[in-house]
Amino acid sequence: MMVNLLDVINVGIFAAALRMATPIVYAALGGMFSERVGVVNIGMEGMMLTSALGGVTVSYYTGNPWLGVAAAVAIGGLLGLIHAVVTVKYAGNQIVSGTGLNILAMGFTAYMSQILWGSRGASESVAGIKDITIPILSDVPVIGPIIGTHSPLVYLMPVVTAICYIVLFRTPLGLHIRAVGEHPTAAETAGIDVVKIKYMGVIVSGMLAGLGGAFLSLSHLNLFARGMTGGRGFIALAALIFGKWMPFGVLGAGLLFGFADALQMRLQSLGILPPQIILMIPYVLTVAILAGMVGRARPPSDYKPYKRE
Amino acid sequence: MTEGLAAAAKRALTDARRSIEGAMFQVAAILLAFIVGALVLYVSGYDPVSAYAAMLMGAFGDMFGVGQTLTQATPIIFTSLAFLVSSKAGLFNIGAEGQFLVGAFTSSLVGIYLGGLPWVVHIPLALLAGAIAGGAWGLIAAVLKARFNAHEVITTMMLSYVATYLTGYMVNYPFKAPGWVSQTVRIAPSAELPRILPPTQLSAGILVALALVAFTAYLLQKTILGFELRAIGLNPSAAESAGISINRGIMTAMFLSGAMAGLGGACEILGVHRRFIQGFSPGYGWDGLAVALVGGLDPVGSLLASILFGALRSGGMIMTRSTKVPLDIVIILQGLVIIFVAAPTFIRSLLKRRSK
Amino acid sequence: MQGITKSFPGVVANDHIDFSVEKGEIHGLLGENGAGKTVLMSILYGLYRPNEGRILVDGREVTIDSPAHAMRLGIGMVHQHFMLVPSLTVLENITLGREPAKNGFLLDRKRMHRDVKEFCDRYRLDVDLAAPIYDLPVGVQQRVEILKALYRGADFLILDEPTAVLTPIEAEELFGAVRALRAEGKTVIFISHKLREVLAICDRITVLKRGRMVDTVATEAATEESLTQMMVGRKIIYEFRKGESAGQKPVLTVRGLKALSDRGISALKGIDLEVLSHEILGLAGVEGNGQTELVETLTGLREAAEGTVTLDGEDITGETPLERIRRGVAHIPEDRYKRGVIPDFSVMENLIMCGQRDRYARNGVALDFREASSCSDQMMRDYQIQAPGKDTPLRNLSGGNQQRVVVAREFSRNPRLVLAAQPTRGLDVGATEYVRGKLAEMRDNGAAVLLISADLDEIWALSDRIAVIYEGRIVAVKPVNETTEQEIGRLMAGGRND
Repeated sequence: MMVNLLDVINVGIFAAALRMATPIVYAALGGMFSERVGVVNIGMEGMMLTSALGGVTVSYYTGNPWLGVAAAVAIGGLLGLIHAVVTVKYAGNQIVSGTGLNILAMGFTAYMSQILWGSRGASESVAGIKDITIPILSDVPVIGPIIGTHSPLVYLMPVVTAICYIVLFRTPLGLHIRAVGEHPTAAETAGIDVVKIKYMGVIVSGMLAGLGGAFLSLSHLNLFARGMTGGRGFIALAALIFGKWMPFGVLGAGLLFGFADALQMRLQSLGILPPQIILMIPYVLTVAILAGMVGRARPPSDYKPYKRE
Repeated sequence: MTEGLAAAAKRALTDARRSIEGAMFQVAAILLAFIVGALVLYVSGYDPVSAYAAMLMGAFGDMFGVGQTLTQATPIIFTSLAFLVSSKAGLFNIGAEGQFLVGAFTSSLVGIYLGGLPWVVHIPLALLAGAIAGGAWGLIAAVLKARFNAHEVITTMMLSYVATYLTGYMVNYPFKAPGWVSQTVRIAPSAELPRILPPTQLSAGILVALALVAFTAYLLQKTILGFELRAIGLNPSAAESAGISINRGIMTAMFLSGAMAGLGGACEILGVHRRFIQGFSPGYGWDGLAVALVGGLDPVGSLLASILFGALRSGGMIMTRSTKVPLDIVIILQGLVIIFVAAPTFIRSLLKRRSK
Repeated sequence: MQGITKSFPGVVANDHIDFSVEKGEIHGLLGENGAGKTVLMSILYGLYRPNEGRILVDGREVTIDSPAHAMRLGIGMVHQHFMLVPSLTVLENITLGREPAKNGFLLDRKRMHRDVKEFCDRYRLDVDLAAPIYDLPVGVQQRVEILKALYRGADFLILDEPTAVLTPIEAEELFGAVRALRAEGKTVIFISHKLREVLAICDRITVLKRGRMVDTVATEAATEESLTQMMVGRKIIYEFRKGESAGQKPVLTVRGLKALSDRGISALKGIDLEVLSHEILGLAGVEGNGQTELVETLTGLREAAEGTVTLDGEDITGETPLERIRRGVAHIPEDRYKRGVIPDFSVMENLIMCGQRDRYARNGVALDFREASSCSDQMMRDYQIQAPGKDTPLRNLSGGNQQRVVVAREFSRNPRLVLAAQPTRGLDVGATEYVRGKLAEMRDNGAAVLLISADLDEIWALSDRIAVIYEGRIVAVKPVNETTEQEIGRLMAGGRND
């Protein structure tokens, strides 16, 4: 079956790419903060998933999707706090803690989903965030349809990225964050509260992951489905590495992965290849990109737990 | 002569005491997880006591329960050993699920298509095929790490997804059996691992698992390879200076790790399901991770913890049927255990506070 | 500081020390490695809290619980290992923790630059403020550290082993700067284990030995001998050199060796070197001039970009570390914890490393525990390794004993070539003498020994010939009796060879 290339590569796919990039970018920015203070956060998948559930739940009971978003961010922050306590206060193994959070999230979200809505697959539909259309922009040819109409959370994405950049590179706080991650003892001797900054970085990473989760369950779809994050928390980590731990690099990498995601969905809907093969695309791409980062990926921190005597 | 014996006996006792002391910490983590789990149950309106009781009865109450517990434990033994071996070499193989599936599928193919062979040849061949396939899958991540310094946490995770979709594709298209279900045809009778405790599903796979436990213990403590892998895991720079090839070690460890998981998948197909069914694994790979940590990264500990988790699964299924508590509480417990095991100092401070 | 006591697990670092410093003086704190100097000063700087004792500043008792607090009291410290964040610029490092902010949120870079520039001019310390730290040579980094302390209002400056990473010429510049600080009314504590320096620059000297305060003396009243007596309790330094020897053959020959550092910069720019049997060739040089890369290339841990390495006439340039070990190359690594030992392995497991495939192997698959056990016992006896047992985890042993394990493992193989990099770093006097004696013994048994050390005293005590490495090249090779310490010092700093 011959498929017209234009069926695949058209305006719609770029718009979809922007949409699919959003959760990845948020999560990756979160991962960036965490890693810049020296804590690996493998648990972003779980944070996204739990936040997605929390957001839907709150929206279900209040009818207000923005409250849901707030709840999602708060839940993400809470999980970040747990990760911070385990890894910073008790110097626990960062990867084990993150993996534990992921598994806990898997079980907890399925469990709550069943209790609240009686099925282990998906929740009911809830009030979601409506897309908005920017008046003049959406009329511009070619670009207009791509970026003219989107969820506010999508428009927020570059804004948050810019904020991350400003904080990290133009404020004293950003310098402190980078110092804490790269050379905690130096930061300590300079009078910086290393523990506080580490906590902050990890909690913020949870909050940003929560924002990504909120997008998935309240904007992209209007419900919670079991496992709906689909590994995006891990893809976000790959985007983080690909983006060299820099905010705008992460944005670019996220867009790339978002494109892969959108491509996969478009190909599926066209039915030219078996669904499973298409579903593999984002994951294979992630692996390929990681392989392509030969030696050039130097993380900004050493991830050893910081001890004070 | 008797002095030597007395000294050796004393050393054995101190060793045993140290292992038990070490195990206390894991036991404490498990207990803590169960307590928090009970809280979760209580808050959601279930009675934790009856839930746990149902789990316990279901898992160990009768011969059938014990058999099913061991059946559920078997694949977990394999995946936990897989994680254990890789972590001894300093690698975090969280893709055991994918390696498990790849091994399962490959062994099912061998089981289906080489039907004329006598079982003494067919079974080992199918098992070997599963192990090699799983090992190869693990090797991909190893090569990516050795050549490209790609962190194995992400690559094994991604490859796990790929394996899920790949085997899903295989079983829905080229190798699909006629009918509605996404599965292959049944394997030849000569490839079946015999059931050793009817009417339960317990198969000879558990014997393979037990052999693997012994093999892993031997490998790690008594062989050159085990010595080198442990050295790489503890201090790669020093290992390198001592002439150990880090890249070779990483690849060997990941191959072995994937092979163990693949072997587990093979045993599960040949012994329990007798065909590859899409989604037949309820996450044995993830169980393996939790079990390895709970077992203190020790082969015997993994065995014991696998039985515990097998009990959670089989008892959990009974519990769900009788008390309507969602089966996912089992996964919640798993996650809690892992988090508590991640922070030894936390448990230690709790224990210290209690003893004050 | 009165009655200061500080313990770590297994070690009493400071034992009831009384220590006082007068305003406006340069006070030397002298002692061997491990005497407790850095710990004592870290307490003063708020990095550690003492288990006992009290601190008085200007007669008032204070409790210093963080570096920030110490800085508020006017105490600044320049550490041995720099507290500089590599990817941040000089300016950012100096103002770290107290950056001026515009509107309370954004960095006010203009003001930062202005303020710091003023300081640089005042103390005549010249640095490029916009350069990231990782681009700067070590001497400049130290200048940044001093600026950092001064910028934070330090009147009282602690310098911890400041000349360890400097060439003799840079050290002179540092002394000039320190004297200038004194002229400005600052007080300086100068921590060192180098007698001559301390005598050259300090007004008074306090000697610590094994965690205890020995005495405080005025410099005029002290001599090298009297200080040595206090530091060690006896006269030190045996010379291990022997004279010329006939019939020596080259064991190690290096021609035109080039290699890159981890950062991809050229670290070895064409090394030509020869080490004969029955000799110790001491390679002198300030750390960071390619020694690490040289050892790594010789052991096979780093790839050579160009050039050849020959052992006993055979080209081993492309061989793996294991192959070289099998040929009889022994390596005492400069960083014991990184490359030398596996702390979580037992003593025995550490002793059999390097030989697990050959001597301690059985059927090519299993380990021969009987051989391992008996050899370990033998090595522990021969090398006087003090440990509860061979199954003890290595991390429980003292630094000196850990180094004995490394030496035992490497030397009991009867090597042809010994590569010893900073072999006595971090060891107490007894262990230092032991290791040096063993190196001489290896030499006497016919091995070729390449000794790489930043400690000129050590080079002098052991070497038959001395070579100097500077910026990735060998700039001179001389027999020990045809040169002087001054000349070597000059060559180490890049002075020309006439």
